[in-house]
Amino acid sequence: MNALSGYNFAYLDEQTKRMIRRAILKAVAIPGHQVPFGSREMPLPYGWGTGGIQVTAAVLGPSDVLKVIDQGADDTTNAVSIRRFFGRTAGVRTTTATAEATLIQTRHRIPETALREDQIIVYQVPQPEPLSKLEPSRAETRRMHGLAEYGLMHVKLYEDITRFGHVSISYDYPVLVNSRYLMAPSPIPAFDNPKMHMMPALQLFGAGREKRIYAVPPYTAVKSLDFDDHPFRTTRAPHACGLCGATDSYLDEVVTDDRGGRLFVCSDTDHCETRRAAGHVGAEAPTADELAAE
Amino acid sequence: MAYVAVKGGERAIDNAHAWLAEDRRGDPAVAEIGTDQIAEQLGRAVDRVMAEGSLYDRELAALAIKQAQGDLIEAAFLLRAYRTTLPRFAYSRPVDTAAMQIRRRISAVFKDLPGGQVLGPTYDYTHRLLDFALAAGGQPPPAPEAPADDMRMPRVSDILGHEGLIERDGAPDGEPGDLTREPLAFPAGRDLRLQALARGDEGFLLALGYSTQRGWGGTHPFVGEIRLGEVSVEIEPPELGFAIDIGDMTLTECQMVNQFAGSKTVPPQFTRGYGLAFGHAERKAMAMALVDRAMRAEELGEDVKAPAQNIEFVLYHSDNIEATGFVEHLKLPHYVDFQSELETVRRMRADAMRMQEAAE
Repeated sequence: MNALSGYNFAYLDEQTKRMIRRAILKAVAIPGHQVPFGSREMPLPYGWGTGGIQVTAAVLGPSDVLKVIDQGADDTTNAVSIRRFFGRTAGVRTTTATAEATLIQTRHRIPETALREDQIIVYQVPQPEPLSKLEPSRAETRRMHGLAEYGLMHVKLYEDITRFGHVSISYDYPVLVNSRYLMAPSPIPAFDNPKMHMMPALQLFGAGREKRIYAVPPYTAVKSLDFDDHPFRTTRAPHACGLCGATDSYLDEVVTDDRGGRLFVCSDTDHCETRRAAGHVGAEAPTADELAAE
Repeated sequence: MAYVAVKGGERAIDNAHAWLAEDRRGDPAVAEIGTDQIAEQLGRAVDRVMAEGSLYDRELAALAIKQAQGDLIEAAFLLRAYRTTLPRFAYSRPVDTAAMQIRRRISAVFKDLPGGQVLGPTYDYTHRLLDFALAAGGQPPPAPEAPADDMRMPRVSDILGHEGLIERDGAPDGEPGDLTREPLAFPAGRDLRLQALARGDEGFLLALGYSTQRGWGGTHPFVGEIRLGEVSVEIEPPELGFAIDIGDMTLTECQMVNQFAGSKTVPPQFTRGYGLAFGHAERKAMAMALVDRAMRAEELGEDVKAPAQNIEFVLYHSDNIEATGFVEHLKLPHYVDFQSELETVRRMRADAMRMQEAAE
């Protein structure tokens, strides 16, 4: 079914898809290496996930089941908008259940549920160059990647440790892929970094505005940069989810009043709902009466 | 109130779009604006949207301006997104601006020259007094007309070129690149630089061009010539073997003439900065010519010190569709990354306070 007439399946023409697939193949062959591609102007603005959308459009087939999340949630406005875009242009089945999806497009999170070999996760990437904050010239960073010259980043981490006692990067925490390329994992919280390591699913990264695609093939080593005496550590808000009681999921902090009231809830809405359906109850979950009143 | 995970993003988006449509229409008691009115009466806006949208189509540009409520960057974006979906039938032959049907042609370097100085429809010597009669409407009196003059107007750069005083047009080396199909790579040739400038943001180029005049990469420019008019566009289908005219387009061209002291291999001569824009767009064409020349600093052996001379800086930041996307994306949800920053800052504050207490 193609709901939007006048456009090809999944919006992009087949020539463009072929060009993107070639870039993806190259990216998979050189894990963590940024492959330039002829990024197109999409009907959504740069910065809204045009890279991820182009990658998804290039790998999406009619039998795929698509899940789109933003900040871990299926119902954030941009996730709704992108899911709807593919609903209109490709007519594919969409889902919010991580386990049901064959293709997951994400912004800023990796689902809590472990991904499988038969799944692909597509990350939206605002800035594919992990060295961009240290060296603004892309001609120069390209040279640094070529020579695997990553001392600048190690110095940055070292300076953080001497100044603050620990690394101050909390998201988009740089990783070394397959012991070769320094890679930006996209602005996922450092909490999610370990999920990338040896992940059974194929991980694809699309940066539309910066016109780069990169990939981490299944079962590839992804190491968050650290030092032997200052090993990489993840942090999360030290609370249990108010709704499902999870103590190991990444939490959003919701402001409930103007007197410092806070509620911590799972950022991964599917994970939270699945747990609640299985009978897990958090300390601040609404009672049946309150739900009925909604 | 009990917290329930926020739902209903879909309905919120639908409702927002409905409100937007109502807002766009404005007071229904006021007559709706037609795209033909925009195309005819807001011509400079249409020109700018066509240039930055990289699509020469007055009707579509007018529609985009209407749809975007006059937000010209949004309108250029609409045009660009449409443009990407269009198939490429052919690449045109280079347009010949020497054969332009001139409406306006001025030179700041020669008092008179073959073809003369033609002011054309310009704001240059208007006094910027709000014209309240215009608010009342009505037809302007017809402008005086002169008999058509078939005299060719040679380009000033060609006149200077006879004496060897100005560098020649660069010889084209191979097919020009296409930055809408291939990602930009550095070093970027002048073909790609000019392409990027031609679709670049007028305001950005204006500011950069201005900066070169104030000493940030001075180029000592003179306006050799600005010309505005219609040129014919030709394609040469391979099955025909000869060129056919497929239509006319309005262009503004600026040839900036710049000092150059010469080098070991080249005697002193004038160099060029080149500007070309769709429609009537002198500010854009002039700014483009200044920045084009500034970006040639390295090629001409000048020091590269100023932003306008830094090719990577200029090309990566001149596109307003890219720029507006990335600046405005900051309003998308960032709960997760902000949360991670919150935890980090709390931890750092706790560490700092512990240290302070220990010191006291």
